[in-house]
Amino acid sequence: MFGAETGAEVGAGAGTAAGMAEILKRLERVERSQPKDRLCLCVFSGDLDKMIAAFIIATGAAASGMDVKMFFTFWGTSALRDAQKRAPKSLVGKMFGWMLPKGSRKLKLSKMQMAGMGRAMIRSIMRKQGMASLEEMIQIAAELEVQILVCTMSMELMEIKSEELIDYPNMEYVGVASFVELMSDARSTMFI
Amino acid sequence: MDVDARGLKCPLPIVRLTKAVKKSTKGDKIRIQADDRAFEPDVRAWCRKTGNALVSLSQEGGVVIAVIRKEN
Repeated sequence: MFGAETGAEVGAGAGTAAGMAEILKRLERVERSQPKDRLCLCVFSGDLDKMIAAFIIATGAAASGMDVKMFFTFWGTSALRDAQKRAPKSLVGKMFGWMLPKGSRKLKLSKMQMAGMGRAMIRSIMRKQGMASLEEMIQIAAELEVQILVCTMSMELMEIKSEELIDYPNMEYVGVASFVELMSDARSTMFI
Repeated sequence: MDVDARGLKCPLPIVRLTKAVKKSTKGDKIRIQADDRAFEPDVRAWCRKTGNALVSLSQEGGVVIAVIRKEN
């Protein structure tokens, strides 16, 4: 890294061609290590309220010109299921399929669920207030080129197949290393 | 270009503005009106973040009218 003494070294050699080359090399390294104007979201929760928050932040950031990556893992993956689609599964996979919400419309609130009433109420209030629904937010995210990365480990764990996920233009199936690479030079990362 | 974002809540006014700016060319002005409470601070932040110019900002009743010039 750049200590106080390295500054003096650069100063001494700056007049020569070799010194100049060294400065350019260091400048390139500094430029490469700059964080990108990127937001990474790790969407772990499958709660409706947290999913709405995740998509508001994602679309807001994308609208503000940021490169946005959403990594869906564990319970978050359920939000990407398409209620109309089917995929062949094992018995355990079928059980998971029945227990997990089948798509964004079936997500529950993290608080005040009230046996399903909470969910219906919040959606109705959102509509009356002029807020976009979660499904509209997903559509907007697609239009603003927010990338969705789906954790393949979660898909295998809960036997969620790619054939049963929503049609999304910018969706990829990855592991943690791909997300780590994106996070490592992102300006901001959130876990929701 | 005129954008009417009245009745829309966060982040929709900013999303509408972004779409309008994407469709226009450098130097074009976009006039947007919104009544979301967060719009005034948000449109300022959006302009700072995206580098577009906030030409004017006024308020009539509960409606904020912002004029933005596309800079890049």
